[in-house]
Amino acid sequence: MSAPVPPVLEARDLARSFGGVKAVDGASFSVEAGKLVALIGPNGAGKTTCFNMLNGQIKPDRGEVLLAGQPITGLAPRKIWRLGVGRTFQITATFASMTVRENVQMALISHAGKSWRLFGRADQRRLGPADALLAQVGMAEQAEHACGVLAYGDLKRVELAVALANEPKLLLMDEPTAGMAPQERIALMALTARIARQRGIAVLFTEHDMDVVFAHADRVLVLDRGRLIASGTSAEVRSNPQVRAVYLGSGVTSGGH
Amino acid sequence: MQIDRRSFVAGTLALGVPQLARAQGAGPIRIGEINSYTAQPAFLKPYRQAWELAQEQINAAGGVLGRKLETVFRDDAGKPEDAVRHAADLATAEKVDIIAGGFLSNVGLALADYANQNKRLYVASEPLADALVWSKGNRYTFRLRPSTYMQAAMLVEEAAKLPAKKWAIVAPNYEYGQSAVKWFKELLLKARPDVTFVAEQFPALGRIDAGATVQALEAAKPEAIFNVTFAVDLANFVRAGNTRGLFEGRQVVSMLTGEPEYLDTLGAETPEGWIITGYPHADLQTPEHVKFRDAYKAKYNDYPRLGSVVGYETVQAIAAALAKAGATDNEKLVDAFEGLKFGSAFGPIEFRKIDHQSTLGAYVGKSAQKNGKGVMVDWSYRDGAKYLPSDDEVRKLRPAV
Amino acid sequence: MLDLVLTQTLNGLASASSLFLVACGLSIIFGVTRIVNFAHGSLYMLGGYLAFTLVTWLGPADPLGFWGGVILAVLLTGLAGVLIEALILRRIYQAPELFQLLATFGVVLMLQDIALATWGPEDKLGPRAPGFRSFVILFDNRFPSYELFLIAVGPVVLGLIWLLFHRTRWGVLIRAATQDREMVSALGVNQRLLFTSVFAFGAALAGLGGALQLPREAINLHMDLSMIAEAFVVVVVGGLGSVTGAYLAAVLIGVLHAFGILILPKITLVLVFLVMAAVLIVRPHGLLGKAAVEPRGHAGQLFLLRPADGAAKAFGAVALGLLVLAPLVVPDHVVLTLTDLVIFAVFAASLHLLMGPGGITSFGHAAYFGLGAYGAALAVKWLGSPMEEALMLAPLMAGIAGAIFGWFCVRLSGVYLAMLTLAFAQIAWATAFQWVDLTGGDNGILGVWPSAWAVPKMAFYYLALAIAVLVIAALRIIIFAPFGYALRAGRDSPLRAEAIGLDVGRLQWAAFVIAAIAAGIAGGLFAFSKGSVFPTYMAIPRSVDALLMVLLGGVQTVAGPVIGAFAYMGLNEQLMKLTAYWRFVLGLSIVLLVVLFPRGLVGTWLYWRARRESAAQAAATA
Repeated sequence: MSAPVPPVLEARDLARSFGGVKAVDGASFSVEAGKLVALIGPNGAGKTTCFNMLNGQIKPDRGEVLLAGQPITGLAPRKIWRLGVGRTFQITATFASMTVRENVQMALISHAGKSWRLFGRADQRRLGPADALLAQVGMAEQAEHACGVLAYGDLKRVELAVALANEPKLLLMDEPTAGMAPQERIALMALTARIARQRGIAVLFTEHDMDVVFAHADRVLVLDRGRLIASGTSAEVRSNPQVRAVYLGSGVTSGGH
Repeated sequence: MQIDRRSFVAGTLALGVPQLARAQGAGPIRIGEINSYTAQPAFLKPYRQAWELAQEQINAAGGVLGRKLETVFRDDAGKPEDAVRHAADLATAEKVDIIAGGFLSNVGLALADYANQNKRLYVASEPLADALVWSKGNRYTFRLRPSTYMQAAMLVEEAAKLPAKKWAIVAPNYEYGQSAVKWFKELLLKARPDVTFVAEQFPALGRIDAGATVQALEAAKPEAIFNVTFAVDLANFVRAGNTRGLFEGRQVVSMLTGEPEYLDTLGAETPEGWIITGYPHADLQTPEHVKFRDAYKAKYNDYPRLGSVVGYETVQAIAAALAKAGATDNEKLVDAFEGLKFGSAFGPIEFRKIDHQSTLGAYVGKSAQKNGKGVMVDWSYRDGAKYLPSDDEVRKLRPAV
Repeated sequence: MLDLVLTQTLNGLASASSLFLVACGLSIIFGVTRIVNFAHGSLYMLGGYLAFTLVTWLGPADPLGFWGGVILAVLLTGLAGVLIEALILRRIYQAPELFQLLATFGVVLMLQDIALATWGPEDKLGPRAPGFRSFVILFDNRFPSYELFLIAVGPVVLGLIWLLFHRTRWGVLIRAATQDREMVSALGVNQRLLFTSVFAFGAALAGLGGALQLPREAINLHMDLSMIAEAFVVVVVGGLGSVTGAYLAAVLIGVLHAFGILILPKITLVLVFLVMAAVLIVRPHGLLGKAAVEPRGHAGQLFLLRPADGAAKAFGAVALGLLVLAPLVVPDHVVLTLTDLVIFAVFAASLHLLMGPGGITSFGHAAYFGLGAYGAALAVKWLGSPMEEALMLAPLMAGIAGAIFGWFCVRLSGVYLAMLTLAFAQIAWATAFQWVDLTGGDNGILGVWPSAWAVPKMAFYYLALAIAVLVIAALRIIIFAPFGYALRAGRDSPLRAEAIGLDVGRLQWAAFVIAAIAAGIAGGLFAFSKGSVFPTYMAIPRSVDALLMVLLGGVQTVAGPVIGAFAYMGLNEQLMKLTAYWRFVLGLSIVLLVVLFPRGLVGTWLYWRARRESAAQAAATA
């Protein structure tokens, strides 16, 4: 009998407080390859803190993060990235002085371990893979545009392409559709879901828009005041009375805000 | 060869016309003068005025060798590297016959080194560094003003007569201050082996923290103080020292303080009875000085400062050397400067052959107040020739060239 | 002993007061407008001179005359602040932040000559203050009563500012703007009025600092620069935008100064910078500073960096061709000037690697230039190296310093980082200045002349040109190589850069070393072109020169700094020859250039071209 394959991401009893306030208090969950898992909860529930601990930006007070069974707790973000974790941000973070293609090229160059090269034009490197990624997210036509002048939705797509550049096992997406028009949201998450399933990538995302969550998430984790209060399929979570109480209490129901 | 081709090309392109027109012999004799005009205006404005006065007088009397004198002034802004650039520019673009000037020691040394490297005469007017004529001395450099060593020696002569045994020192933290202190200590210990130095303060130039410095000196309870600070540091030091009683019951020996540039600023704060070097412009009634002073007053409606004397005499020295050499040829001029004798506002002086230092002296006297103004009293002239080391010692100090 | 300790503490507190007044004005102006006001020391000087004139005129013996004169001087200095803000700075708030620094530096130069022309070259020792002419006996020592008054001024002003900031709407706005400027503009506040009034207030505080020096120190033409360096230190040590922090820092530095004199009398040159370096290494945002007041930094510079197109390449080739042919036609002195300009172009290009792609502002880049020069000179003097060997040692020495200083600097960001570079440069400068046995002190090292074959001016020019072309080409290759992109990535978005595996800190550190090496090469060449080295090579003005060259040319392009070097140093040299008041004209030129070309010379040209192209496109599609 072979050992069971560990999940791509596993969080065990993560906790972190700021000045006595427990932002995250003992969260445990896991994400499997090819699955989209949504992490939801009202504002201040601890979603972003949770994310930042997974990504290495914040060190947890307690608990462990495992990537494919390997502990990555407390590693620097760039080391976690090297192990195969892509990340998108709530407020898009791209390189404004580069073109769309160069943004992706930069990530590819870094993935290939060539970012310290002192000669050879960077914009001539890894053109093919960059264009392929851009085609995948539907940004091929705007490859030559400066990132500084793109529309917000397009920036999100660029971020996705950048996040995919290191052939990640895991994608961490913090509010991937924030600030987008409803139509675009559905399209972007559909795209993400397709890519994730194709490549067997595990995706953990936070989201405010419940339509997006219930349409695409294979599983939903609900965080409230730092604690995980529910976990299950969309239907299970939707019918969970505790979840309903939390969301009704905060005035948010399914169907967006 | 190269030069020929280049000047030919330049001539064709009409770029070099002014230079060609200025060929030897016909036009004025040109002096290139480099100084820290914007960095040290207090000393250098009177300097330049007197320089122009001297040039005007000489030209009015028919010039030198039948040619008029003309000066191109350049500002080095206190940076030696800019001074070197100007020197090269003056020599090549302006085709000057003589380079002169310099106030700060490092500018003087840089220019002297340039002069040596390019085999061009440099008449250093003011830089005080001893190295200029000794350790870094060279065939092409001559200095007019009495050096740090000479001024220290003049003051030590007086300091040694004082009963004080415990001395404190305050000096600006750069080469001039440090070497003044070095010579003062060395010479005073030679004359008075019984003295000790109980405190030394080296405030940054122009940045003295006067109250704290005075307090630190006071704490050492010295019997006498040797001061080398000047300009704004001096003013701040004196005011703080007066209020805090640092100078009461203590003798103070102070370098350069009697120069009007610094004494005038002190005004009603001028301490009484300090032994100082300087220039008693109002009371010096020798005919040669009166003549100079009257001419300066007539032209500028102001009394001369020590800078004026230095500027005036530099031009006189150059004129005298030109007359002696009978030509503007560089090497001949250098030879003429060696042992050159001429009369200055302070009396006859000579550029010594042995180290190219002039024997221009300084006045040593006491500080006093008259109608709320600082003046020098009980002064006497100290001929520079008497305050230089013996020839044997000089030969040791100055590498053979 | 105890009485000495107590008295020195009081002395330190007294000198802290003026330092605090100037620094707190500087800090408030920075907090609200994000302007690093280089001219703040000049306003302090102006306050001193105005007080001298007004007090003398109104009658120094009469308390009304004296204090009336002081107050008038403060008001007039505030008015001068309004003029500077309204005439110059207001026009360039949209420009990248450092451009305002450039403009204020132009103002420094202009005010230096204005003060010289107005008040003459002599130092002005003002009258003592009525009522505070004498002393009291404290700890068995006489202590001037005016110093006691000054000791009280600091906390009183601090208290008044606190009241102003917490009890008035204007003060609340200032605090809000210091934390978040965008928020205040969103509140519908008249930003223009707020900025002008803040500038006037800060200027008046500087004027007060200067005017209160009148009974204490002689007013002189060097007050501006000696004050501004220390005021910067105080602001940064205290924490940008923090008034209380400025007071604590001023007291810290004042008291340390007073005790430093007792323990190590020669350390005064460098003490404040050692303190600043130590504080910043331990507390990267100063004593009471918060990360919130970080400037926007490079915002506004973030547009596409493109390799030169055909036209630009052709222009570069023609320019290089002219430089190669020039010595054949121009006279010797022009060759000398060109040699300097070519060396400065390398110096500017080296700083550009940090400021452009690196997004790191260095106020102390002259350190590496100077250490390169000293590396070469020391090799000649102590090892007897020929020029060729010495030129190799120059970048080595600069590179080692870059590695050490850079290691500390990249831990900080923004103005804090810039100030730490300044501190290191000052420490390097003080070392060269003080270590007389090794470096010859301020008399420098002489006799650093080239090898025989390079002695002719033309030969040395070609040597310098060849090395310059190689170094600048290498820097350009690096900027367009993966390393340059990675560096730029770290500047554009540190968050994203880390998230794609880039070690931003180490990339910046490497950029520091490369920039230091390139600057060291320039310094080595400069040493041989002048034949000597001096501590002035790494003094603050040389660092400012480098900043001016880069900013004037334009940070955004690779050609910018090279053109900036030729434009600025060429202008500088010509003006120095043309007029005795060259500082005024140079300052005015800088101000005009900044107002007319807020993107730098090359940046503006690119902007105009881009606009023409988009207009042509629009016309074509219409």
